Amino acid sequence: MKSLEELKALRDKMQGSVTLRNESEASTRIVVGMATCGIASGARPVLTALSNAVAEKKIEDVAVTQTGCIGLCQYEPIVEVFQPGKEKVTYVKMTPEKALEVIDKHIIGGNVITEYTIGAIMKN
Amino acid sequence: MMTEIALNILDVAENSVRANATLVEITVSVDEKNDLLSVLIKDDGCGMSSEQLRSVEDPFFTTRTTRKVGLGIPFYKQAALAAGGEFYIKSEPGVGTETFASFGLSNIDRMPLGDINGAIHTLVVYNENLDFLYTYKFNDASFTLDTREFREILGGISFKEPEISQYIMDYLSEQKAETDGGRNV
Repeated sequence: MKSLEELKALRDKMQGSVTLRNESEASTRIVVGMATCGIASGARPVLTALSNAVAEKKIEDVAVTQTGCIGLCQYEPIVEVFQPGKEKVTYVKMTPEKALEVIDKHIIGGNVITEYTIGAIMKN
Repeated sequence: MMTEIALNILDVAENSVRANATLVEITVSVDEKNDLLSVLIKDDGCGMSSEQLRSVEDPFFTTRTTRKVGLGIPFYKQAALAAGGEFYIKSEPGVGTETFASFGLSNIDRMPLGDINGAIHTLVVYNENLDFLYTYKFNDASFTLDTREFREILGGISFKEPEISQYIMDYLSEQKAETDGGRNV
């Protein structure tokens, strides 16, 4: 059983070391569609994979958040990447594995994975 | 179509988030004696008018403008009825909304409860502007997770901090295992 005492200990350990992050100040936003269509097609594991990866790799300045349906249900799970000064990138039919690739190649590496974007899928 | 009851819970509870609820109560009960699994989701959000309430079970009704169908509640209701259970939804404008679904525990058509810890974790961690009171009951045993308690301890530290997010996940898994003996519901 986890006790609330453990949470208090965590807090005491973290206080001081944690700079309270403000999400609205994060420059990159990774947004996962979590409406009925997204959830039914597997968005939850994608969201978890993204936020775990951002935490584990200690990527600064990136916020992983959720949104509703953007009207492209047949392409869910959808992940949108917003970066200042750049065009929005929409990744479709995501899986936790593809999501990790997006973190490594796009968020860290700076290269959009074109083959997973909506543009590439719609051409086929 | 959802593959797990947990995903239906995640989906339906997101409606409470959008209804600007401040507290969402989710109770999952497994009752072997009465062969029932039941789920109660109750919020103090904006609620619905009787007209809206009549239409939510209709798949061709939705409040969104990005598409023409709303399948959340119809999926959930269908899953319950198909497993020999019951479903109701009650709502009052300005007071809140309550949904109840029950499923025949041993019914062959009942979908598994699935990753309920993951669903609750997602709700709690990604919706920090509202509180959740989650109760899991297994026969006579039970545990609760009350985000108000967590927040009081943490002060301004975010649930999204990796250590805290991990604590919440571990809290859910350990408490659930203690409550139901690690059963696969």
